Amino acid sequence: MSTRLAAGGRLLNKDRAYNFTFNGKRLTGYQGDTLASALLANDQMLIGRSFKYHRPRGVVASGAEEPNGIVGMGEGAKFEPNQRVTTTELFDGLTCASQNHWPSLEFDVGAINTKLSRFLPAGFYYKTFISPRPFWKHVYEPIIRKSAGLGKAPKERDQDKYEHFYAFSDVVVIGGGVAGLQAAYAAGKTGAKVLLMEQTAHWGGRAPVDSAAVNEGKENINGKPVDKFVDEIVAELEKMDNVTMRTRMMGAGVYDHGYVLGYERVNDHQPDAAGPRHRLWRVRAGHIITATGAIERPLSFAGNDIPGVLLASAVRDYAINYGVSVGDRTVVVTNNDDAYRTAITLKTLGLSVPVVIDARVLPEDSALMAEAKAQGIRVMMGHAIASVKGGKRVTGVEICSQAGEGAVLETIDCDAVAMSGGWSPVVHLWSHCGGKLVWNTDFAMFQPDVDKPPLGADGNGFVTPAGAANGALDLGGILADADAAGKAAATATGHKVGKGKAPTAESVEEAPMAPVWLMPQGAGIKKRMKAWLDYQNDVKVSDVQLAAREGFESVEHAKRYTTLGMATDQGKLSNINGLAILSDALNQPIPQTGTTTFRPPYTPISLAAIAGEARDERFQPIRKTPIYGWHEENGAFFEPVGQWRRPYCYQKPGESVHDAVKREINQTRERLGLLDASTLGKIIVKGPDAGKFLDMLYTNMMSTLKPGKCRYGLMCNENGFLSDDGVVARIDEDTFLCHTTTGGAETIHGHMEEWLQTEWWDWKVYTANVTEQYAQIAVVGPQARKTLEKLTDADLSSEALPFMAWADITLGDGIPARAYRISFSGELSYEIAVPASRGRELWDLLLAVGAEDGITPYGTEGLHVMRAEKGFIMIGDETDGTVIPQDLNMQWAISKKKEDYLGKRAQERSHMADPKRWKLVGLQTVDGSVLPDGAYCVAEGTNENGQRNVQGRVTSTYYSPTLDKGIAMGLVLHGPDRMGEVIDFPKVDGTIVKAKIVDPIFYDKDGEKQNV
Amino acid sequence: MSKPVSALEGASYQGFAKVEEVGLRGMITIRGDLKSAGMKKAAAAATGLDVPGQREVKLDGDTALAWMSSDELLAMVPYAEVDDRIAAIDKALKGKHYLAVNVSDARAIFRLSGGNAREVIAKLSPVDMSSDAFGLGQIRRTRMAQVPAAFWVDETGAIMVVCFRSVAQYVFDLLKGAAENGNQVGYLN
Repeated sequence: MSTRLAAGGRLLNKDRAYNFTFNGKRLTGYQGDTLASALLANDQMLIGRSFKYHRPRGVVASGAEEPNGIVGMGEGAKFEPNQRVTTTELFDGLTCASQNHWPSLEFDVGAINTKLSRFLPAGFYYKTFISPRPFWKHVYEPIIRKSAGLGKAPKERDQDKYEHFYAFSDVVVIGGGVAGLQAAYAAGKTGAKVLLMEQTAHWGGRAPVDSAAVNEGKENINGKPVDKFVDEIVAELEKMDNVTMRTRMMGAGVYDHGYVLGYERVNDHQPDAAGPRHRLWRVRAGHIITATGAIERPLSFAGNDIPGVLLASAVRDYAINYGVSVGDRTVVVTNNDDAYRTAITLKTLGLSVPVVIDARVLPEDSALMAEAKAQGIRVMMGHAIASVKGGKRVTGVEICSQAGEGAVLETIDCDAVAMSGGWSPVVHLWSHCGGKLVWNTDFAMFQPDVDKPPLGADGNGFVTPAGAANGALDLGGILADADAAGKAAATATGHKVGKGKAPTAESVEEAPMAPVWLMPQGAGIKKRMKAWLDYQNDVKVSDVQLAAREGFESVEHAKRYTTLGMATDQGKLSNINGLAILSDALNQPIPQTGTTTFRPPYTPISLAAIAGEARDERFQPIRKTPIYGWHEENGAFFEPVGQWRRPYCYQKPGESVHDAVKREINQTRERLGLLDASTLGKIIVKGPDAGKFLDMLYTNMMSTLKPGKCRYGLMCNENGFLSDDGVVARIDEDTFLCHTTTGGAETIHGHMEEWLQTEWWDWKVYTANVTEQYAQIAVVGPQARKTLEKLTDADLSSEALPFMAWADITLGDGIPARAYRISFSGELSYEIAVPASRGRELWDLLLAVGAEDGITPYGTEGLHVMRAEKGFIMIGDETDGTVIPQDLNMQWAISKKKEDYLGKRAQERSHMADPKRWKLVGLQTVDGSVLPDGAYCVAEGTNENGQRNVQGRVTSTYYSPTLDKGIAMGLVLHGPDRMGEVIDFPKVDGTIVKAKIVDPIFYDKDGEKQNV
Repeated sequence: MSKPVSALEGASYQGFAKVEEVGLRGMITIRGDLKSAGMKKAAAAATGLDVPGQREVKLDGDTALAWMSSDELLAMVPYAEVDDRIAAIDKALKGKHYLAVNVSDARAIFRLSGGNAREVIAKLSPVDMSSDAFGLGQIRRTRMAQVPAAFWVDETGAIMVVCFRSVAQYVFDLLKGAAENGNQVGYLN
């Protein structure tokens, strides 16, 4: 059984006990425990079920590489699925539950899949559910979806806070083991600004554990124990003002231009503390050092997934760091010397190690082997595990010869197996941005090809690997490499390196490892079907071999076919073993097979951390006009227009939206309406060439406009399509004010600047977007003039301020205003622009003086209906990016005198000039109903796809309160030539609406009302 | 007598840094040839300050002149004096090609003070806020989360933030969230 030892636990504070629950079971651990060590200390070996076969799963590793130990953490608004127990720090009151089982972890119905595993090989789903075709969508997929997925999605809103943080540093060191510490120290000594991040809560990585595993003094740094060295260098670094050290912060990704994503788990270990749960650091680094260490590889033998089979390094981590023994009797199986450290550690702690099974045959005992033997540990060279015995936990191992096919020579009882297949440098961050790898034959591992680093804008590498992550696996080599990396990074960022030397280290010399990818070498199919590569996704040696036989020769294809490495652990344990098996099956060397692509993040990061502050009221900016407060207080029913919120209408208590719109329109047409038009884009265009510039931007002539006058204009893009419209006012000889649509203000300003900066850079024109400088209020209706006259002495008569003119006036208590006599409703109308900070004041004044005429604020729907009654087009309704002014019969707004304007040439193309282009008409339903928006008008026959031919479509459609019937505009084939013709618009319910083609101007065709 | 009102009417929040909306300030966008003698004259006439260099701001109490782009400056003056200052610019640049417009009402301004004010900004804007990279006399025209913003350090060490008026509430909420007690990062000082 796994249990807490009386002694040991260098990371624990045994004075502080923590209570926690697993599947409702109350358990106890200590401060400093990970959830994994605490579960093991309570003999909780079984933690979950695998994805496909629902096999029992226990912890296999002790760090970020863990594939099995994943649980649902917390409850309610703090629930989060798929959390790794090995990287979760224990806290008091933690609750967690196992995943992917039904009805219980101990008895799981889905485990029947493991009995059927012969019938569920790689590609099973692809092969089985492919026919009959329609079954996939309607039968198979829904069932598979239900049974798939490990953790459950949270049901409640996440109650925690998250944030981003932008940091800049000369050197960023990822990894706080001895390599990272030394590299940071070497760089820091030069005065470079250094940011050192470590994903766990502790400095020093695994070197203190590994050195503690051998007899005292044999492994040291500068003659001191490794943990002492760590303490001292940490203290030194803490003294340096130019060095920042952060624990619980993972280097999640490396991107172009020295960009690093750091994932800081600020409060995961203290969920009730103030502050954010996670903080995403977005760091711009001058140079990056990846001191990310190495990960031990499992060995592939039958039953290597049974709970109790762990990595050898994890077994000694649990013993030394957390004072936890995984088993009383632990069999060690290895192809290298390092695993002997585990045997020696366990023996030293008084635990039983019945045998070390070493696949190698060494000519003479290595130092670590000799030490193990001296402690009385039996070593079997040239041997292998034939299979592991046990179901929900290990009960023993059957031993065979590595060279054979697995004939059992001996059976040994044990309750844990510590395996080591060698080490793989963590090359992920090196590779994220294109760093290449080379195969190291001596250690059978990929390591960074330092001659092919990720390249920055200057053509130089911007990442340097250090220590074990760079393939240095002995203490002295690690420190020397890290010191050099720190100095190289400092030099690369323009700092001068002093004379400081790398620390010296003594370490035990190790005999060469032997690449062992399958145990025993000649294992038959039955054993290979039980030799796991990917624990979480249930991919076995036999699956990868099958994929190769079926032609999935590319490693990327084999990965997707078998799902190897596609689980939440992204194959940190399985990748190298899997591609070694694939290479063997393809009869090619491993480097030729290559690796799959390493992509960020290194381990999954929370989606909420990516969103950062962008949630709740900060989800998106909502733009508000100066009059927004009044709208909110007066029943505004808002609609989004770009990022603005505009009132669609103002509902009185008990009033429907439809009724509100009707009331607003009727009142405006009959007496007096008020519109907050502040969102309208306003761009100042100034300079000697401003007129020439606007002549190019607009389809009509703007340069002839007289100061004091306004002109409506259309703007097209270079493909001739309508992009914006609005009224231009000439302020003085050199200055124009261009009104744009609400949504177009920023893009049209950008469009202007682009042409000025890239094409007409020598034209003397400056622009400024002054949209928000002004609150703009439209005073509309027969009583508009009378109302405004109450607020000003200025002459607002038709003679002094005729239609399409403007004047500067003063309103009320000295509010400076510009009155534009323009109309989008067809009524007598003044659009009044005042400084934004006086907008609300003017609005309130107008409401007061207009009260006697029943002044009625109206919203965007009233605006839309009234413009449609007048046959005015709306950008975004009548246009959709494929419509040219000629389609809308707006030839009157296209200057024939001008040599050129943006879109002119495009509009002369044959397709644009085609008389068959659909053209704008009015549509009036025969029964007075409202046409459905976007409805198509059908024609005879069908097209080549068997679809009904069409001859037009509805672009705008409303109920007109003024006319008390449905009105619409649409684009119809030869429309203007077919006045009076009745055409058919089928509805989705199968019925047909008949509509007559009419003039699009339904109201006051001669414009007498706006012109009074 | 009625008077102009700023977007949030002086809202404030005290977290580990203090956030205050500071009310209206006169602002003039000036575009033209920043290297010309005329511009030097116009800058002096409007603000009494020199034309600032790239990413710089010249400060003198309530008056400031900020670099906005290679052909754009932002003059900050008392709100009531904008028209006079624009007239002074017009006079100094008479006959030259330039643009000077009043944008005072298009903006909201916040003042961020307190020891960790720099960290509040560093959570929202992709800018190196360390004091060696960003000190007195520097200005950044950038984004704050999802909207445009500009900021500089004033003589008291406070950070002044300018954004568009329509998003004043959004920016206030951003600053408030970032400045909440317990959210200190401890990276900048």
